Amino acid sequence: MVVVNGARALVKTLEKQGVKVIFGIPGGAVLDICEALADSSIRTILTRHEQCAAHAADGYARASGQVGVCLATSGPGATNLVTGIATAYMDSSPIVAFTGQVPMRLIGRDAFQEVDIIGITCPITKHNFQVERASDIPLIVEKAFRIASSGRPGPVLVDIPKNVQIELFDVEFDGGFEVAFRQPNHAPHPLQVKKAVDLLASAESPMIIAGGGVIASNASQELLAVAELLMAPVATTLMGKGAIPENHPLATGLLGMHGTVASNRLIQEADVVLAVGMRFSDRTTGKLEEFCSDAKIIHIEVDAAEIGKNIEADVPIVADAKQALQEIYKLLKMKVVKRERTALMAKIKELKEQLEGKANCERELKPPRLMVEIRRVLPENAIITTEVGQNQMWAALYLKVYKPRTFISSGGLGTMGFGFPAALGAKVACPEVPVVDIAGDGSFIMTEQDLATSVEENIPVTIVVLNNSLLGMVAQWQRLFYNRRYFAVNLGKVPDFVKLAEAYGAQGFRVKTLEEFSSVFKKALQSSVTTVIDVPILPEENVLPMVPPGKGLKWMIWE
Amino acid sequence: MEPKNTTQEYIVSAIVEHRPGVLFRVSNLFRRRGFNIQSISVGSTERKEFARITITVSGDEKLVEQIVKQLRKLIEVVKVSILDPKNTVVRELALVKVAAPDYKAKADIINYAEIFKGRVVDVSHKSLTIEVTGGPDKIDAFINVLKPYGIKEMARTGITALQRGESQIT
Repeated sequence: MVVVNGARALVKTLEKQGVKVIFGIPGGAVLDICEALADSSIRTILTRHEQCAAHAADGYARASGQVGVCLATSGPGATNLVTGIATAYMDSSPIVAFTGQVPMRLIGRDAFQEVDIIGITCPITKHNFQVERASDIPLIVEKAFRIASSGRPGPVLVDIPKNVQIELFDVEFDGGFEVAFRQPNHAPHPLQVKKAVDLLASAESPMIIAGGGVIASNASQELLAVAELLMAPVATTLMGKGAIPENHPLATGLLGMHGTVASNRLIQEADVVLAVGMRFSDRTTGKLEEFCSDAKIIHIEVDAAEIGKNIEADVPIVADAKQALQEIYKLLKMKVVKRERTALMAKIKELKEQLEGKANCERELKPPRLMVEIRRVLPENAIITTEVGQNQMWAALYLKVYKPRTFISSGGLGTMGFGFPAALGAKVACPEVPVVDIAGDGSFIMTEQDLATSVEENIPVTIVVLNNSLLGMVAQWQRLFYNRRYFAVNLGKVPDFVKLAEAYGAQGFRVKTLEEFSSVFKKALQSSVTTVIDVPILPEENVLPMVPPGKGLKWMIWE
Repeated sequence: MEPKNTTQEYIVSAIVEHRPGVLFRVSNLFRRRGFNIQSISVGSTERKEFARITITVSGDEKLVEQIVKQLRKLIEVVKVSILDPKNTVVRELALVKVAAPDYKAKADIINYAEIFKGRVVDVSHKSLTIEVTGGPDKIDAFINVLKPYGIKEMARTGITALQRGESQIT
């Protein structure tokens, strides 16, 4: 037994959890935690805004599959985490956020830097805790990590009042804590598996939609096995990008509002849809009534509440994606003989060519071509993050991803400013791999101050800014659906991103041609310091294909 | 089978950890997902570490299924069931303060209270306060009878319910 204070018990428990890095900013209510961290092997990365700490923890989690950790002080520190926590919640990313809180005797008195972060984060966390006694810390922290990473992953917040950090207590660290935690059963129901297999085996044109759950449960191999056995095309949601190598002949790319021609067309013809680890978000389905209305739907999802929430499944399977796909494969193998399906393969190829052909042979520096070029230069295992808006959709459509966990983007919440701090987190998780943030000027400005973090903490990443001096996606909507009435979208010619990068001690380049881009980009990947590449693009570019909001996927606008 | 979109009243019974903040999480979930609570009652159970929350909601089967699934995701919610009205004891308590300015009114009201197996729990010169328990329909009926006298104040607890027979949800 040793006598420690709550803060030291916290840090000790984090070490025991295998935490290697914490992103955060200190403040009055977490000084004791900082003091304990100073004596720890855990690396503390000082970000320049708490939102970036949360996004970096999120990027770390998505790139590594491990729980990401962030820390902020009470009051504004805690509220600045909120966007990051909500982002992680919407995309089911496992992070644990620690916040300081005013001493318990002051809670409810509107003390300096007091905020009810428990109340605020209740709807955007899987669970949150306010610690009342130092002796509860080890158990609560273990629970927090368990909750964040189990089942459908998500964020957990632990709020620790200052007096609890200081309070001394006796603790036995080596004994381990028996966490009274209901471990849900994630195995698929055999009867449901059988029903699914019967449907799939009798399908004329089966199609698979892979969501983020495939990546979260490391089920890419299993997915590919089922897809190849059925010879079924595989579309992905934005979160599912990377679940199947996108150079695979069966991979048809993104489905939905900005889905590929191939995915949005083929889904119309499917008679059985196998949806794995996804939640039928409005951006994926378009108008619900028109989505796969004639197809039978098999829905595999670990979160039971997602089944029947947006779409009624014919065969619901509440299970971990990996286990369910394994069971389906076992039975399916005995039932179906692998078909050639040459006509289908030719069709997929032709539909993919419609989208990619032009981008591939474009000579000018246009966004689709730029994505192709980025992919050409990057190694297979490089990690790509995106901001939100046109940049994100160009990346989703034209930048092929070959491995799970190498495409990181804010899907559900659509958080501008996410990509750069997420890239920092991903780089910390995978230091040997190049990390590139595909950015727009509007998004990058929202979190660019953390260039300071990337330089000071030696976390070199590359930011490619598609710079149209506009809030490009908003402008696109105004152009297409608001009669070209542009309003509040013009960002002007400021800042000068080259000078901005240099002001932080990073390097900045502006490129005008594809050749220039390639050579600068290659150098950037080798650089030991962060690089910002400013790529001016035309303001009138639309991201296409696009399905107008509220319409079914068959109403896709293309060319 | 009944069509799925018929609106009816459901009784959702949840066993939750008995600690501060749990009711907030439950009610916050209802607010955030746009589920409408018709009545809610909370109280202790046979085990001191658990509380029972009884919620009545009106909606179709799909909605109530979604409510149950979302509730089950809350870490501090231990168990959630939809109670079958045919096989459930449902009770509510109401305190009704009714105007009773004279002897005749008082006698009438006491008479009605007896018919409804209610009890007079307070008397003043101009009013009577009656306690009555039962299913919501019985309480509605009792209140209707008293209305002509003038109801000055009323408090209803919202229903609490248990399944009949041996079955337990804890």
